[in-house]
Amino acid sequence: MTTRVDATTSYDADEHGWFGGPQTGWGGRFMPEALVAALDELTVAWHEAMADPSFVAEFDAILREYAGLPSPLYHAERLSQLVGARILLKREDLNHTGAHKIRNVLGQALLTRRMGKTRVIAETGAGQHGVASATAAAYFGLDCTVYMGTVDTRRQALNVARMHLLGAKVVPVDSGSATLKDAINEALRDWVASVDHTAYLFGTAAGPHPFPSMVRDFTRGIGDEARQQCLDRYDVLPDAIAACVGGGSNAIGLFTAFLDDPEVAIYGFEPGGEGVDTPRHAATIHAGDRGVLHGARTFVLQDEDGQTLESHSISAGLDYPGVGPQHAHLATTGRATYLPVTDAEAMEAMALLSRTEGIIPAIESAHAIAGALVVARQLGADKGPEATMLINLSGRGDKDMGTAIEYFHLGDPDDVTEEPVGDVE
Amino acid sequence: MSVATAFEKARADGRAALVGYLPAGFPDVAGGIDALRAMVDAGCDVIEVGLPYSDPVMDGPTIQAAAQQALDRGIRTADVLRTVEAVAATGTPTVIMTYWNPVERYGGGRRGGQSGVERFAADLAGAGGAGLITPDLTPDSAPEWIAAADRHDLDKIFLVAPSSTDERIAMTTAACRGFVYATAVMGVTGARSTTSDLAEPLVARTRKTTDLPVGVGLGVGNGDQAAEVASYADGVIVGSAFVRALLDHPDDRAAGLRALSALTADLADGVRRG
Repeated sequence: MTTRVDATTSYDADEHGWFGGPQTGWGGRFMPEALVAALDELTVAWHEAMADPSFVAEFDAILREYAGLPSPLYHAERLSQLVGARILLKREDLNHTGAHKIRNVLGQALLTRRMGKTRVIAETGAGQHGVASATAAAYFGLDCTVYMGTVDTRRQALNVARMHLLGAKVVPVDSGSATLKDAINEALRDWVASVDHTAYLFGTAAGPHPFPSMVRDFTRGIGDEARQQCLDRYDVLPDAIAACVGGGSNAIGLFTAFLDDPEVAIYGFEPGGEGVDTPRHAATIHAGDRGVLHGARTFVLQDEDGQTLESHSISAGLDYPGVGPQHAHLATTGRATYLPVTDAEAMEAMALLSRTEGIIPAIESAHAIAGALVVARQLGADKGPEATMLINLSGRGDKDMGTAIEYFHLGDPDDVTEEPVGDVE
Repeated sequence: MSVATAFEKARADGRAALVGYLPAGFPDVAGGIDALRAMVDAGCDVIEVGLPYSDPVMDGPTIQAAAQQALDRGIRTADVLRTVEAVAATGTPTVIMTYWNPVERYGGGRRGGQSGVERFAADLAGAGGAGLITPDLTPDSAPEWIAAADRHDLDKIFLVAPSSTDERIAMTTAACRGFVYATAVMGVTGARSTTSDLAEPLVARTRKTTDLPVGVGLGVGNGDQAAEVASYADGVIVGSAFVRALLDHPDDRAAGLRALSALTADLADGVRRG
């Protein structure tokens, strides 16, 4: 079993999707009435599926046989020596399609088929969730339409091609800032008009109830597996765990299994962009204010009038001005600590992991590496080299090579030299 | 005049009320006020002023384009309230149609023991506004707004949709004051070539739960469509078609206002034929 879909924690939402109660808490459902019936239907179907052993067994079998799970827990020895603490990497980069996101889309697509719907829609920023959705749609034989901002279709042309090859329709979105948040808006507009036969495969643990909790259930296998793998190998729980947080699906997927282990410190690393003292970042929990975005009460980067601000991160997958409401709850209760990591720190970590372990991480995941290594150094200094930091390596970096070539001034294909080139220290 | 009075007056005339929408600040704040006043003069019974928002998930391309233009020009919530004040001064009941976050966040959100919602309600009432239409806020998520509206005697206009269950329609109409907004189609705002066959049964289901007037919006764009909707609804709500009339005359405001007045007159005639 890779996912304990039936388990609960002390930090779950109530039946209406409120984390920490409706008055002072987070989440809920701020949605057009036209979509409420569909969200209610989805909530019932999700609860019934989670309680149905045949659904859970099928989900588990698909994850094992098709997506390649459980992913390994890898002891990064050279990195461990470097920081003086044991560094464990949960290798979600090895999953089919290259990131943790396959768990969520396979779960939601399996549920779509169970509900008798024939079409799926999805939003995507960098294209990873779009590719994963197109993959799941191909696997289950569903029609698939992916909404993607035109800023992103230009900078992620390879993922557009992958989606097309997988048989998905890609709709460029030119409204607003023409990025992820606008792709979500457009997908919601599609859904209002198509809800009788269409499921919305939401790409992160945000949005209206039940998405934050349902996406968590489908991704919590990351932490369930990692916790067991760590116990099996070392007979102890890690001292700390870490993940990057944009919308927050890989992070909540890792965190959930450890929420009721108070001895395990939990860290989420937000995209600090060019610095949280500049306007160019996406550190929503660190710098945002309580608000409502895409159907949930959560932290939002917004101006004085409640207009959503444009976010920035070098990592398209973290470039979102909101955050999943359960993270807002974990932050305000103090159960998890959220800290910003800048573009430069993330890129440095990308290079470091590449050269010390032979693993090129997604820039998203590099945020987790950068932030976690700082914490791990302190842990090692306090508790010795047995101190354990478990990091979710949520995705692989192939998709980010364009950014890396530009950032590090990597090789010119017309002028290949014997020595590695570029500005990597 | 209150919204309820405007609907009663139309009912006494044996017709439906005409509810007209434009976003504030389009083409600019002063131009928007002129346009809304032209709609009042040409026969709108109730005015909806849209509060332009960065993430309008219920709006189609026409209203998105107008709202974006207003935002690009730097419209503030205070300008929206100023627009309401100017239109309400004509005596025509004026409500704001807004997504929820700008209300919660008004004046910087909760400050000095006062919530943004309370501050918004007070300033809307102070501007002579009649209430709010909240397309992404349903009554079960709206306790704070309901309390503030009740304190300031503002209308609470929630939406019902063809997909709403009878239970949810009853819950929604019980929370409404002023009128009930029935969305004619499953979809976003925008004029459509044919009227919806989902609207009439929705109005019938809604009437079973309330004595409030029921207005039908989404997709109505001309007098004939207005007449058809007016045959079964208490109000005909038109938005995108008005926006389109202005968008079609980007460089000639006088021509835009003439088009707006002509469309209003056509629709006002339609609600009298229904």
